[in-house]
Amino acid sequence: MKKLNLSIGKVPDQAVRIGAVFLIGIGSMVVLRQRFIPESFGELGHYRANAIPVVAGAPLHYAGWQTCGACHQDELDKKLEGFHRTLSCETCHGPAYEHAVVDPTATTPTVPRGRETCLTCHGYLPSRPTGFPQIIELQHNPMEPCIKCHNPHNPATEEETPACSGCHGQIARTKAISHHSLLACETCHVTPAEHKENPRQYLPKKPTNREFCGQCHGEGTPTSGTLLGVDLSARDIPKVDVETHGNTYLCWQCHYPHFPEGK
Amino acid sequence: MADKLNRRDFVRRAVESAASVVMLSVCGPMRSLGRASEEAEAEPAAYDATKHYYGMGVQIDKCIGCGRCADACKSENDVPREPFYFRTWVERYIIDSEREVHVDSPGGGIHGFPPPATEEDILRSFFVPKLCNHCDHPPCVQVCPVGATFKTQDGVVLVDQDYCVGCRYCIQACPYGARYLHPEKHAADKCTFCYHRITKGMLPACVEVCPTQARVFGEIKGRSSPLHRLMKMEEIQVLKPELNTEPKVLYTKLDGEVR
Repeated sequence: MKKLNLSIGKVPDQAVRIGAVFLIGIGSMVVLRQRFIPESFGELGHYRANAIPVVAGAPLHYAGWQTCGACHQDELDKKLEGFHRTLSCETCHGPAYEHAVVDPTATTPTVPRGRETCLTCHGYLPSRPTGFPQIIELQHNPMEPCIKCHNPHNPATEEETPACSGCHGQIARTKAISHHSLLACETCHVTPAEHKENPRQYLPKKPTNREFCGQCHGEGTPTSGTLLGVDLSARDIPKVDVETHGNTYLCWQCHYPHFPEGK
Repeated sequence: MADKLNRRDFVRRAVESAASVVMLSVCGPMRSLGRASEEAEAEPAAYDATKHYYGMGVQIDKCIGCGRCADACKSENDVPREPFYFRTWVERYIIDSEREVHVDSPGGGIHGFPPPATEEDILRSFFVPKLCNHCDHPPCVQVCPVGATFKTQDGVVLVDQDYCVGCRYCIQACPYGARYLHPEKHAADKCTFCYHRITKGMLPACVEVCPTQARVFGEIKGRSSPLHRLMKMEEIQVLKPELNTEPKVLYTKLDGEVR
């Protein structure tokens, strides 16, 4: 019977064979990884880092309003004075990188002249925020192009814009058909002059207590003469006990002051 | 005897070749790393992604629903004009007196919104611009089987369109519906915060054209960034916070009904 050779330093045949198989396996794995994993994969994470410059190298279409000022400084200056100062030139004139940066003569940005462009923003929609100037297309000089009266670069007209209804048309229309129609906006809203220029920075004031409404609607207040510019005779102003009516709520928590008779 | 020598020879050669392959695989990336650093030295003004971390603020009470953002996005990023491919779009929410929520976004809002059917019945209504939220924990990146979508060092979630296999997993995974399959490139496409613009110091196209500054773009971490000021001054909400995706598109005055 042959004696098993187990001396130290002698690797058994089967171990050599399996070792070779393992080495071939590992080697081919390494080669396949080299072959199939794309270049730069894993440099920054589980993705090709080379994809980033591809995305970052996409062509530009919008040049930015600062670029326009290089040639059209006069228009830009005019725009910066008016209510359209926050608009980018390309909001209305469309993408203009080709024109502004590549070749000014090759393409010309669009110059919208119809009503549609203006109505995109200024057509009345109840979803638009209160105070944003909107018109009802069929009521506001129908069929006339906006640019007949408004210069889009500085849209304020020669004609004085109605102080409040110019922007707060919805409130003005509601109030006009309410019992409060004869009250001027300023009766309740003390408005800083700057509100017209910077509407969001300088907000009009609102009444803060029940006594304000109680001037007209409190029990025992005058029923004849004039109050806040309104002739009180022959008017049936509802009177309540300002102290107790409506528990501790403020008047406008139940009644909408621009349409107080509404449910 | 000769047999044994041959086997030893074989093992030695196998080890040698394996070692050389390992050396190659280690050296390859190192070589390209060396190249990258040389390029960076040659162009000192090169964009450094590690110095930025971007986000966008959307002020709901300033949005007038003009859809200029969605229109500009399509022009800037060559998004197909068909009304079902969007990187950004504007939704109109109308909550009626029965507290029922009606949401519409005809053509993404690009051509405006029709007058609502029941104006009398509106309890409240507003516009919500939507886009990819560039989540800090993006579910789309998790599900991509090939690593074709990823979050960059500056926090923007991008798509590697040359590597994307078009399997649509990411489109399914996005809880915000912000992705679509580009019909010509046959790859997933989505908002990149206009990565080609912001890396050149420009604003994303939607922010550039927004007439009321409802969209604010900037650094989330930089203290003198307009976005940081917004985060400091306003109450900030994100869409679907319960999913822990940690969006970097931050909304102010967001109604609880917005999904």
